[in-house]
Amino acid sequence: MTKILRTVWRHVARSARDLTPIILVIAVFQYFILQQPLDNAMELVSGAILVLIGLTLFVYGLELALFPIGESLAYALARKGSVFWLLTFSFLLGFGTTVAEPALTAVANEAAKVAAAAGAIADTDQARSRYVLGLRITVALSVGTALLIGVLRILLGWSLPLLIISGYIMVIAMTTVAPPEIVGIAYDSGGVTTSTVTVPLVAALGVGLASSLRDRNPMTDGFGLIAFASLTPMIFVMAYGSIVTWI
Amino acid sequence: MDMTGPMVTTILSTALDVLPILLFIFLFQLFVIRQPIRNLRRLFAGIAFTILGLGLFLVGLEQALFPLGRLMAQQLTDPEFLMSGAAALDFHWTNYKWVYVFAFCIGFATTIAEPALLAVAMKANETSGGAIHVWGLRVAVAIGAATGVSLGCFRIIAGLPLQGFILAGYIVVVIQTLWAPKLIVPLAYDSGGVTTSTVTVPLVAALGLGLAETVPGRSPLLDGFGLVAFTCLFPIISVLAYAQLSALRERFASRRNTEARNGAESTSKEVI
Repeated sequence: MTKILRTVWRHVARSARDLTPIILVIAVFQYFILQQPLDNAMELVSGAILVLIGLTLFVYGLELALFPIGESLAYALARKGSVFWLLTFSFLLGFGTTVAEPALTAVANEAAKVAAAAGAIADTDQARSRYVLGLRITVALSVGTALLIGVLRILLGWSLPLLIISGYIMVIAMTTVAPPEIVGIAYDSGGVTTSTVTVPLVAALGVGLASSLRDRNPMTDGFGLIAFASLTPMIFVMAYGSIVTWI
Repeated sequence: MDMTGPMVTTILSTALDVLPILLFIFLFQLFVIRQPIRNLRRLFAGIAFTILGLGLFLVGLEQALFPLGRLMAQQLTDPEFLMSGAAALDFHWTNYKWVYVFAFCIGFATTIAEPALLAVAMKANETSGGAIHVWGLRVAVAIGAATGVSLGCFRIIAGLPLQGFILAGYIVVVIQTLWAPKLIVPLAYDSGGVTTSTVTVPLVAALGLGLAETVPGRSPLLDGFGLVAFTCLFPIISVLAYAQLSALRERFASRRNTEARNGAESTSKEVI
């Protein structure tokens, strides 16, 4: 019993340390710079406690489920030896986790407003929701493609820096041709696609795959999947913006 | 103050976000891999913890941190606070010094609290056999993210083009990649996308939108974006820089050792 309690305490203490900076920043700015009283202190404290419990449970679940799932799937797929299924799995994982991502929906809605204001699409609800759906599918396709290329890279041992730098060159090239109003949103879309549940799964998949293959180093070959997933959306979204404007 | 309503809704919606992924994985396991899953009960318990944890985390954030963060972003960018009553005509980017400080602090703090970054840091620690410290990696990423948010705010306030900054950042990354220790490069590239997740994106986006709304001559639709991109790019630079500094320090240390002991080899393999 004491052993369990000690484990729980260690997890909670670690989460508390992780959350200290954010609480400090807000408290210090509130009291010393803005100098405004807090009228709902109770709510703030109970909210902070919820955050603490939530983070602790999440990390616990991570070690218990998300990491093992990602890794055992990578091992099983590598043992099966079917490149087709491995690539299908990576593409679908990227597509599926992104298309329903709430952060992406929020960004897509903003993007539709910008496009309507710039005159690229008609300023009606129907035109906007069509634009939003198109954008979400575009980004989901881009993340699926990213994981597919990333897994192919692990299998074939391609150089990650070369691929990423070519991606950078494509981003810059697309920037020069894309309509200016889409550029900011496209750059931001790279960051919003990788959610808190997807990241651990994808990291475990990459590392698991690299360690189950001979001649691959889990450290240098296993990481890099998320890098692709935050690069391709920029290229795809600028392409989408250009196509919508030209047509 | 009734909290059970929003709590149940948030946990349910988190479950709805996670379930399709899990369903897909289980179907794949069942029909393609065709092997029984080991430790099924442990797995289900873990999934339940993940969903419950993420749900509570989001409820707490929505209740305590996000409203305050948004409010502070608004107050700090309020012209009245910035000019302390002086004529609003004297607009200059140096008037916003508290915004830069706040942007740096909030960028650092939200990155440290980011669960996705914690997950990748744990994985990197395990994979590297302990050579990469969980806390060290997170601090390196957080410093990068903080610099990114701060610089991004400066860009919005000064009204400079986004492309220029991003292009310059890319060039720095490419140059660093040539000389950085090979072991760290993939992890550094990953750290960019990992930073911008559940905690960071809402606060950083609110800051950008708040600035673009209040700074004279900026439009929220055109200038409000780009902060997330900055937050995504600069951790790559800071993690590479940290690894380069560590390697450099080690080289100096081992040279000193060699001179002192006449040929003794350094056995330390720490990267971060």
